[in-house]
Amino acid sequence: MSAELLSWSVLIAQLLLAAAMGCAGWRMLAGPRAQDRVLALDTLYVNAAMLLLVFGIRTGTTHYFEAALLITLLGFVSTAALAKFLMRGEVIE
Amino acid sequence: MTEAAELPLWAAVPVAVLMVLGAGLALTGSIGLLRLRTFYERVHAPTLGATLGIGCVLLASMLFFSVLQSRFVLHEILITVFMVVTTPVTLMLLARAALYRDRREGNPVVPSPMEGGPDP
Repeated sequence: MSAELLSWSVLIAQLLLAAAMGCAGWRMLAGPRAQDRVLALDTLYVNAAMLLLVFGIRTGTTHYFEAALLITLLGFVSTAALAKFLMRGEVIE
Repeated sequence: MTEAAELPLWAAVPVAVLMVLGAGLALTGSIGLLRLRTFYERVHAPTLGATLGIGCVLLASMLFFSVLQSRFVLHEILITVFMVVTTPVTLMLLARAALYRDRREGNPVVPSPMEGGPDP
């Protein structure tokens, strides 16, 4: 009973997150200006971290947690660097 | 889903609800990113998934592994703290950069800088 419930809810959550990543990816490809693309990339990072956490629940191992933590770290660093680039034209002055 | 069969029902129900709720909030934020018109409206939408959405999924993960291994598995708090600290920082940096670019081009969407105000 609980295994069935969990497998269905994991499947639904994965489909919702995949749709969310599709929306963010579309905005990143279409987005009229550079700041829209950077914002969509940040959203894509957050959605990918959530998808990895759901994968971890699905498989029952905690190994996906490290990958999710790494993705959030890289998302923060890359978004901060890209925002600095949009502001100044270079990352390290 | 081999381990999930051992999970009691009282824990499986909140895990399922929190997981689907978090994924739905992320989808709502991403649809907002797609549908809203200007950048300054769009910058608000993904924060829905970045705070409450990922918080719900992390709570579900914590509850799942704590009940499954019959001990407290709380390392997901690391991601929670990190997201809470970094999301406002990145979005504020991005909004400032966008404001700077729009003002430099003389875009009529944004107000011109105040006289004697701080340099954007």
